[in-house]
Amino acid sequence: MAVIEVKNLRKNYGSIEAVKGISFSVNQGEIFGLIGPNGAGKTTTLRVLSTLLSITSGTVKIMDYDLQQQSNEIRKIISYLPEDAGAYKNLTGKRYLEFIANFFEKNNLKDMIDRGEEIADLGERIYDKVDTYSKGMMRKLLVGRALMTFPKLAILDEPTSGLDVNNSQEIRKLVKSIARQGTTILLSSHNMLEVEFLCNRIALISQGVIVESGTPKDLMNKHNAKNIEEVFTRVVR
Amino acid sequence: MSALGNIIKKEVRELMTPTTFVPIILIAIMFGSLGNAIGSIEEEIEERPVIGYIDADNSNLSFIATSILNNFADVAFNSTDIADINTGIDELKNEEGIALYIIPSNFSENIYNSIPGEIKIYWIMRGAGILDSITSAVVEELINIINVNISYELISTNVTVNATTALTPTYRNETTYFKNKELPGVSPSEIAGIMSSQSSFIPIIIMMIIIMAGSTVISSMALEKENKTLETLLTLPVKRVSIVAGKIISSAIIGLMLAVIYMIGFSYYMSSLEFSGSINLAQLGLVLEPTELLLLGLSVFVTLIAALSLCMLLGTLAKNYKSAQTLTFPVTLFALIPMFMTMFKDFDTLPLALKGFLFGIPFSHPMMAPRALLFDDYLLVISGIIYVVIFSIILIAIVVWVFKTDRLLTGSTNKKLKSLFKRKRR
Repeated sequence: MAVIEVKNLRKNYGSIEAVKGISFSVNQGEIFGLIGPNGAGKTTTLRVLSTLLSITSGTVKIMDYDLQQQSNEIRKIISYLPEDAGAYKNLTGKRYLEFIANFFEKNNLKDMIDRGEEIADLGERIYDKVDTYSKGMMRKLLVGRALMTFPKLAILDEPTSGLDVNNSQEIRKLVKSIARQGTTILLSSHNMLEVEFLCNRIALISQGVIVESGTPKDLMNKHNAKNIEEVFTRVVR
Repeated sequence: MSALGNIIKKEVRELMTPTTFVPIILIAIMFGSLGNAIGSIEEEIEERPVIGYIDADNSNLSFIATSILNNFADVAFNSTDIADINTGIDELKNEEGIALYIIPSNFSENIYNSIPGEIKIYWIMRGAGILDSITSAVVEELINIINVNISYELISTNVTVNATTALTPTYRNETTYFKNKELPGVSPSEIAGIMSSQSSFIPIIIMMIIIMAGSTVISSMALEKENKTLETLLTLPVKRVSIVAGKIISSAIIGLMLAVIYMIGFSYYMSSLEFSGSINLAQLGLVLEPTELLLLGLSVFVTLIAALSLCMLLGTLAKNYKSAQTLTFPVTLFALIPMFMTMFKDFDTLPLALKGFLFGIPFSHPMMAPRALLFDDYLLVISGIIYVVIFSIILIAIVVWVFKTDRLLTGSTNKKLKSLFKRKRR
């Protein structure tokens, strides 16, 4: 079943065409990666799918909900982690998770918050104010926030941004396990190793257009490349 | 290009943003229009006061008094019949006059018998602002001139009167008509004195509440953007209206608490003023009744909502906390202008254009309300509350619209609006 159906999506900022008619679909439980150089249109695409930006033309359906008509319904089933997101600095990590959970779960609120705490893995520091967190701790809290809600679709923009090697590995394992449980993941990353490790399928986007897509293995075979980084440098010039 | 030139060029480019210039341009436009309006007030002050008199005595001494009045003021009404008082007052009301002097028939007889002669003054007071009372102060001074001249006449003609009467041959018996109230025994300067104590206190407090609550909302929006929490908030299953309403209501609760604190302080302040020197304000009906206090509280509260809605709108323009500080400037300005205007002039005595300008600023209404309520001008207060409520509803609708567009995140509106403008240009 297709969780995401994007058809001929265009997004303009005034006279600038950020996304020029891209189409793709992502199935349930799939990890789909959008990769491309800076300014290619990855974040714009993720922001559109997260209901943050309006569409210039085209159609987007998430779990059969139309993005333009049913954005309120879509917000109930997605979770978006922006690349440079922050949290409310005057709240403790725990209070922040409680604040977010209150928008979703009324019956099993405690379970959701416990899950957020477990994913964030901040120990006793979860009771400290966010203001005192390092960049890595903040990112872990935000990943916990994004995945604790059992979203049907998790949209992750650079999920391991700011994390060290060990923490990055933990997050990648977590993303894989979440996908195995049925959550569909749409992510963007500049880390080609991460993309190769995580994604079932990837789309290479350049200047607002998808220039290549497929499984990492198929793409490496097609371009006679040893890894996705080589595919990337050959396709996106 | 030198290093210094390079840095200057970069700094100028960074500082030349709409958020830097728009508030200053607005201030320049406002001061320009305010300057024109104040110019017309100055012209008004320089004009000779318009008065009337009834000389029922028709004596040598009363002639001295009326001559002085004729020399220093424009006399719009004069008579010798004491029964013409009401006609005189009506005439002066039509002619924008400010005082009717009555010299009773026993004026000179009393003075010659060493009893100070009574001069009755019926004041027609139009405003209680600092500038409003200047003209009446000029007319009050005429009484001193009359005293000096009658003293001179008594002494130079060797009339046998006691020293006290020779030095102070007249006394005033005043009644002031102000906004449909008859206030016996009180002069306009005394009323202006009482009112000015409010004029300087109430608007300052209201201005402070507006600025404090308003800057909280602008900063809250700016911090959402600076701390990168806004994007997350906008993707949560919560309606945009709820986000806007949540921010406004929470700030309004804080604002309401501030308003309650203000009202408690104000009640104590008013009760301490009930006996202002020898004037019993309660007896004159110059204290606020509970319903009037309620109206005042309502006026303060709806104005707070208007201020917070305006600040929410300005907050959507803020890129970060620093730019939020700049954006509080128009709010401060909108609070300062009515504060000064209500201090100097009464709403009723302003030129029509300035009345419209003052009424249009929503923050003016709670500043004008206490004085208006004291003199039972409910129309101004209630129409002000209705206006501010409509103003707030429109602003909230605009804010919700902005929240539904890309404007919050990208700084531009959505394509529908742009294409609409494009179609209109074509």
